[in-house]
Amino acid sequence: MIEAFEILFTASFWVAAIRIASPLIFATMGELICERAGVLNLGIEGIMVVGAFAGWLTVYAGGDLWFGVAVAALAGAAFGLLHGTLTVPLGLSQHVVGIGITLLATSLTYFTYRVVLPEVTSPPRIEPFQPLPVPLLSDVPVLGPALFNQTPLTYLAFATVAIVAWVLYRTPLGLAVRAAGENPSAVEAQGISVTAIRIGAVMVGSALMAVGGAFLTMSAFNSFFFEMINGRGWICIALVVFGSWRPGKALLGAVLFAAFDAYQVRLQQLTGGAVPYQLFLMMPFVLSILALVVMSRRAAYPKALMIPYQKGER
Amino acid sequence: MRLEAKPAPSLAVTLLFPVGAVVATLVISSLLVLAAGASPFSVFGLVARGAAGSQFALLETLTRATPLIFTGLAVAVAFRAKLWNIGAEAQLYAGAVITVVLGTGALPLPSPILIPLIMVAAMAAGAALLLGPAILKTRFGVDEVVTTLLFNFIMLLFVSMLLEGVLKDPMGLGWPQSQKVIADAQLPRIVTGRRLHYGFVIAIVAAVAVWFVMKKTTLGYEMRAVGHNPEAARFAGIPVNGVLMKTALLSGGLAALAGFSEVAGLKGNLTLDLSPGFGYTGIVVAMLAMLNPLGVVLAAVFVAGIFVGADAMSRAAGVPSYIAQVMVATALLTMVVAIMLTRFRVRWR
Repeated sequence: MIEAFEILFTASFWVAAIRIASPLIFATMGELICERAGVLNLGIEGIMVVGAFAGWLTVYAGGDLWFGVAVAALAGAAFGLLHGTLTVPLGLSQHVVGIGITLLATSLTYFTYRVVLPEVTSPPRIEPFQPLPVPLLSDVPVLGPALFNQTPLTYLAFATVAIVAWVLYRTPLGLAVRAAGENPSAVEAQGISVTAIRIGAVMVGSALMAVGGAFLTMSAFNSFFFEMINGRGWICIALVVFGSWRPGKALLGAVLFAAFDAYQVRLQQLTGGAVPYQLFLMMPFVLSILALVVMSRRAAYPKALMIPYQKGER
Repeated sequence: MRLEAKPAPSLAVTLLFPVGAVVATLVISSLLVLAAGASPFSVFGLVARGAAGSQFALLETLTRATPLIFTGLAVAVAFRAKLWNIGAEAQLYAGAVITVVLGTGALPLPSPILIPLIMVAAMAAGAALLLGPAILKTRFGVDEVVTTLLFNFIMLLFVSMLLEGVLKDPMGLGWPQSQKVIADAQLPRIVTGRRLHYGFVIAIVAAVAVWFVMKKTTLGYEMRAVGHNPEAARFAGIPVNGVLMKTALLSGGLAALAGFSEVAGLKGNLTLDLSPGFGYTGIVVAMLAMLNPLGVVLAAVFVAGIFVGADAMSRAAGVPSYIAQVMVATALLTMVVAIMLTRFRVRWR
């Protein structure tokens, strides 16, 4: 019992928690931007697969790590453009299109993997991002290694939250994005195109989702394998609701969630197989559903979420 | 760019657009085949031959279509009422689990009693599984897309737990698989020596039954009304939440039959790879069928043909069989665009 508690005070636990949180932070911010502009992006799961693969493949083909991140982001943005085109001007069901994008992105990735690497049994490895300790701060006990001895992509994840929050709440662009999700006619009345804002938001959001995927192949692990996203995208959708569509709260949710995930792995080792490991693996998904139930009651969701906008209607 | 509603399209137009969607899908996937270094004509020729070029191929396609008819119906029923059930995969496994629990000798009953009993129990399990998300939707306003998706993962882990625990086959050499169902719980084969089983017949009957419910009963009318406009339906005195519950029960039950028929008709036991995404593919089947229950049968055979044909093609031409998944996903997207174009006219400017 004491041991289960002591885990919380070990540096390795918090290092793992922040590492697990990083891809979730990117993807949750991506989904948040889309939803704030009024578009539910269920392509998230597939777009993360694409990002994971595109970033990894670029580096495997000899590209620079940061170039790999850029390629992943561009690949994500391309799928975002497709999603946005179908759901915004054409007003197609965001549910169906999102699932379609996930199926397409995933299958296209697997197809490309098999075309590029026809005969590999074990996935080839790349040299991933290495931890970059921040001088002095990384020597602080427990929290130092967790927050200041991570890979550059983790620092970028935290920076992304700050940038997203700043843009959303402190810039005219952010105001336009939020208004597109709350009251699109007001945006149009200002002479700004709702269509452009929404497609742009979905593209930027999808790029972030893809970078979240790329974190897995380029920072957390060093190779690409099938099923590696394994529902993380869907969990991020729950995290956006949990964070009431606010970047700061969503970040908190992602870190809490990741801490729980890191904790269950350690608890699993502690119980030594007395409890079926599947129960532990189920917990993140159960937790996501619980979070949705608790938060949905007072959810202040964007008023125009999932409602297509037609210029001149009403 | 604006969208203008068009008058109700004629039957010819209604059929023209799905054909257009299929053609667009073929064009797009041709590009991928070219990128993989093969000729689209020979590849699609091989796919077609692998899907329907012989009696064996055709029966394989119908075998593969069987679970897709069930999951396609499940999705079609739910989407008609705008209940976004993306959890057919989980409900399928619920049905499979029940089939194994009741069918491996726990109930020593003759076939004519045992099989219907298992079917009812399997449907109840699938229905119960979708009832949760439906209640969360109506009571707490939790989006059922996310909950049903998350349940897919929970269910698969649950099945994995069962297969390594209580349902583990002691003779399975350590593989996570269940015991085989007893002979009385098995669906007979339709053609001796081929894999096509009576699950296919049950699927056809289910499609006709669902068509009847949707078109000829009050419930079907209410489901369509709720899907069309819940506010108007409520105003017209339709108990919207009650209709959504009934929809969930029907949809979950149909998806569970896919699991039942795969275990009782084809595989005999339960493994973790019982379904290679039949639940998700059911969404594509339902959309290709424009949510029409009878259309689901055709769409399921078409999609199954792509999968079976692509497997055969992959062995012969060396193009990865994942092309089938790409084609199916592309077909879904081109189809929703096609459906929209039958209803709206796009005005540039």
